Formats: sequence, C-alpha cells, structure tokens
Amino acid sequence: MSVVASAARRMKRREEAGRSLGAGAKIAIYTVLALLGSTMVLPFVWMLSTSFKEAAEVFAPGMHWIPEKIMWRNYVDAVTAIPFGRMLFNSLLVSVTITFGQVLTSSLAAFAFARLRFPGRDALFLGYLATMMVPGVVTMIPVFAVLRILGDMVPYEFYFRQTWLGNVIGGDSYFALIAPGLFSAYGTFMLRQFFLTVPRELDEAAVIDGCSKFGVFRHVIIPLSGPALATLVIFTFMWSWRDFMWPLIINNSIEMQTLPVGLATFQSMFGINWNLLMAASVIVMLPLIVVFVFCQRFFTEGIKLTGIKG
Amino acid sequence: MESASAATTPRVAGIRRRAARWKDYAGAYAFLAPNIVGFLIFTLGPVIASLILSFCNWDVITGVQGIRWAGIENYRNLIHDSEFWFYLFNTVFLMLVIPFSMVGSLVLAILLNQKIRGTTFFRTVFFLPSMCVPVAVFLLWRWMLNADAGLINRILAAIGIQGPNWLHSPTWARVGLMMSLFWMSIGGANMVLYLAGLQGVPKELHEAAEIDGASGVQRFFAITWPSLYPTTFFIFITSLIGAFQGNFEGPYMMTRGGPAGATTTIVYYIYNNAFAFFKMGYAAAIAWVLFIVILAVTVFNWRVIEGRISYH
Repeated sequence: MSVVASAARRMKRREEAGRSLGAGAKIAIYTVLALLGSTMVLPFVWMLSTSFKEAAEVFAPGMHWIPEKIMWRNYVDAVTAIPFGRMLFNSLLVSVTITFGQVLTSSLAAFAFARLRFPGRDALFLGYLATMMVPGVVTMIPVFAVLRILGDMVPYEFYFRQTWLGNVIGGDSYFALIAPGLFSAYGTFMLRQFFLTVPRELDEAAVIDGCSKFGVFRHVIIPLSGPALATLVIFTFMWSWRDFMWPLIINNSIEMQTLPVGLATFQSMFGINWNLLMAASVIVMLPLIVVFVFCQRFFTEGIKLTGIKG
Repeated sequence: MESASAATTPRVAGIRRRAARWKDYAGAYAFLAPNIVGFLIFTLGPVIASLILSFCNWDVITGVQGIRWAGIENYRNLIHDSEFWFYLFNTVFLMLVIPFSMVGSLVLAILLNQKIRGTTFFRTVFFLPSMCVPVAVFLLWRWMLNADAGLINRILAAIGIQGPNWLHSPTWARVGLMMSLFWMSIGGANMVLYLAGLQGVPKELHEAAEIDGASGVQRFFAITWPSLYPTTFFIFITSLIGAFQGNFEGPYMMTRGGPAGATTTIVYYIYNNAFAFFKMGYAAAIAWVLFIVILAVTVFNWRVIEGRISYH
C-alpha cells in the first residue's frame, strides 16, 4: 500500500513540477496582479484619507495620502448630523427579517414544488419563472400606490401613527420596507432545483419510519440543503442591505430610512464637504465588508452553486 | 350479503383514496400558502395592476377615484416622447461597459487560476468593490471624478495631463459612470463564475494539446475559450438584463441623471415619472415597454447565441 501511495505521490509531484510556471512568468503574473490589485484598493485608501482630512486640506493641490491632522471629529460629526445609529438599526431589522422570512417561505414552497403532487403545480411553477424577468419598477408602482392609499386610510389619531416606530402601514412604516421582500420567486426556484438533487429514497425511508410531510421537510430536506440555504441567506441579506430604490421612494422621514438611503440624504445635506461625505461612506460600507471578510468562502461557493450575482 | 359487501368495498375504498389524495393536496397547498399569498399580493397582482394602470392616467394623490381611463394614450405619447428615446439610448450606451468588464473578469480569473501563492489574497482584493453598498461606491466615485480635487484628475495632472471636468460634460459623465461600473463589476461574481468555468475545463485536453506542441495562446483559443461559452453567455445575458433593469443608483448618486439628461437611464425616467411627477399611468407604460424589451432581448439571445454555441 505505502509503496503505491508514495509512487502516486511522486508521480503527482512530477506532474505538478512539469506544469508549474517559470520564474519569468511568475514575475509577470505578480506584476499584473499587483497593478490591478492597487487599482482596486487605491479608491478605498483615497476614501479613508479624505475622511480624516480637515476641510481646508481636502482641496489642497498635490497628492497628500496621509492627512496632516487626523480628524476623528469628521466621523463624530457625520454620526451626529443624521441618525446613523437609527438607520443602522433599520437596516439590520429590515435585512434580518426579510432574510428570515424569504428563506422560510421559499423553502416551504420549494419543497411543495420539488416533492409534492397537487393540481396546477406545473402551471404555477411556470408562473413563478415568468415573473422572475419582470423588472422591479413594474411592480413597484402599484405597490407604492396601494401602500400610500392604505396609509392615508389609517386614522390620524391612531396611536401608532407618527410614533418612533413609524406608521403602521403605508409610507414611513417598517411594514412597507419589509413586507414586499418576504417572498421571492428566485429563492423558490433556486431551492427547488437544489431539493430535486436530494435522493428521493431518503424521503421514502423517512415516511416508512412514520415521518409526516413536514417531518420529511424538517428532518431530511433542510438538513441536507445547508449550502443552498446558506447561499440564499447570504444573498438575500446582501440584496436587502444594499437595496436603494424601494426604501428611497416609500420612506421619507429620516428616522425610517435605511443606511443607503441615509447616505443619499446625507449627501444632499452636505453637498461638497467631501471629508464628511467620505466618513459617512466608510460608516455605510463597513458593516457589509466585515460580513464579507468573515463569510468570503460562502460568497464564492454560493456564486458557483447558483450563478446568482451579488 | 356477500355480494353486497363486495360491491361497496371498492367504492368505499375509492372514496377513502380520493379523500386521502385531497388531504395530500391540502397539505401541499399549506406548504405553498405563505409564498403564494405574497406572490399574488406583491408580484402577480402588481404586474397586472401596472398593466391596467398603463392604460390610465393617475396621480395617486387624488385616490382611487382619480384614476381615469386613457386607452392607448400613454403608449402613443411614449412613441413621440423624444426624452424616452434619448434615455433608452443612454441605457444602451452604458452597456458598452459590459464587454470590457467581461474581458477584465476573464483576465482576472485566468491570473487567479495559475499555480502561484497568494491567489486567495488577491481574490479578496478583487472581490471587495462588488461587496460594498453601491450607493457608497458611487459617492466615492463622484469624489474620485471631482474635476478640481478628485484622485483621477490629480493622477492625470501628475503625469502632465489636464483632466476633463468629468461629471459636468455629457460624454465624460457617461465615461465616468462606466468607469465606476467597471471598477465595481470586474472582480465580483463574474470573476468567480469564470474561475469556476476555468476549473471545469478538462485537464486532459490541455495535456494532449501540450504534447502536440500547441502554445499557451493557441491552447487558450482552441480549448479554454470554447469551453467557457456557456459561462460567457450566462454572464452576458445577466449583465444585459441587469443594465436594463438597473443603473439607477449610479446616476442618482453621481450626476442626478445630468448633465442635460446624459446619464438618465430608463429606470431613472420611470422613477421620475412615478415618484417625482406622479404620472403613474405613464410610468407604468414605460415600465411595461421596458419589460417587453428585456423579454425580447432575452429570447433573441437564447435563440440566436445559444443556437450558435451548440453548433460550434
């Protein structure tokens, strides 16, 4: 055994040596990588550099990467100028709820489409597929209109209206931010495709052991779909965290905005104070970058698995 | 007695079987229910509603009573709306960045697919821009492209070139927007997809070609590139659809659609009509035209390009 293994190892090593690159090629590749890499990184460095500068230094000529005086105050000013803490809370609440809801509704429906028989299944599934191509703006218009009308119907004296929780329904409400995102044809489609790859024999064995349909879903399908579920979790979270147009149109009051919309508001307030604008951008970018650094493997695996774009 | 029981048993069994089947169906619908309710309320319903709305005039503020039937007026106006055609042109113009960014993604993927140390580090670096909140990225690029103090013009000045007034010139504003899109998309999902595609190329083919004395470039065009057709096609189609449906945040944060509407996209125009001018019917009509354009482009691509790939 060991002789065979060592022979195989030797062969593999020789193969690798034969295919490995020469020093010249390596230097060329590293040069190109470093060049492209710095193109990616420089704007970030520039952003950080600007965010710590004094207002007077921002427009000074020449290249000053390191500010003469590190202005931590810029960050304090940015955070106190508009309620970034509240916006961070809004973004977290909205993204977490949407992610949880979408994964739950999508996985239940995907199970029905992948495993159960019922009249109208294929027609319904085709309907789901067809709507995946509808641009968001098509559905946004009526949903906006309906929410607005509903919001106007809530009596003004109603207790929750205009409290710190926002409105019950309609504009400036968490309901408007969250509800339309709880369901997704894409998530359903993606999970269905994955559930189909789980061997049916496992279901049948579970049924023989006395499992109900929900038991099969809960104890067979879900535990075996870890990668697909993780992918959906990450991409749904990313999508709702970055979503801009819907929160922009539906919520006007500054306390009810999410981080991206808050940044747009901040921009309209502090037009050319680039040091403050960049400090605010850093604040808005940071949470997602932290998530990314910790979950990078899931991102790349998820893209390969599903072809979703972040 | 015996014959009677023999006659009823199959019927009872049949009823039981049917009851059991309907119980199964009810179970299935229970699984579907949460999703279907959401689907009807937030997708199918609104799609139909916006189709109907596109044949009406409505400003929302007047409430449901304010909806007026307009027939095909909105669509007729759309054909004569020179702004619409200009913004459609802008949308298509911005798509010019797609081939560049696809080539960039492919180059990055090829570089990262080499057997060298540190690919994980570089992959993280390239991936980073696409992971950021787009609104913040576009704000950063607005600053990068600032005519007096932006990094781009500072670098150009350092090598003796007077940079343009990027976001205040119609042409340069478009170019600047495309630069930010390029920066954001080159190292993101497309790179990872190409990387996955490259790893799927059979090694035996490369080895056989190497033995036959094919050069690296020859091997790339004879083996690697053809086996990447499906990936390329997928990326191309999704980028195209994305460009039709999106490109709102960029113009919104960088130029507010200007100068002189040069960076206003179709989606931006829909946004303005619906949520700034409150012309809901007209906005719905444009949105539906956009939907049909996307559908047509996608089907065309499937038929033509996909057909060519399989015959290659």
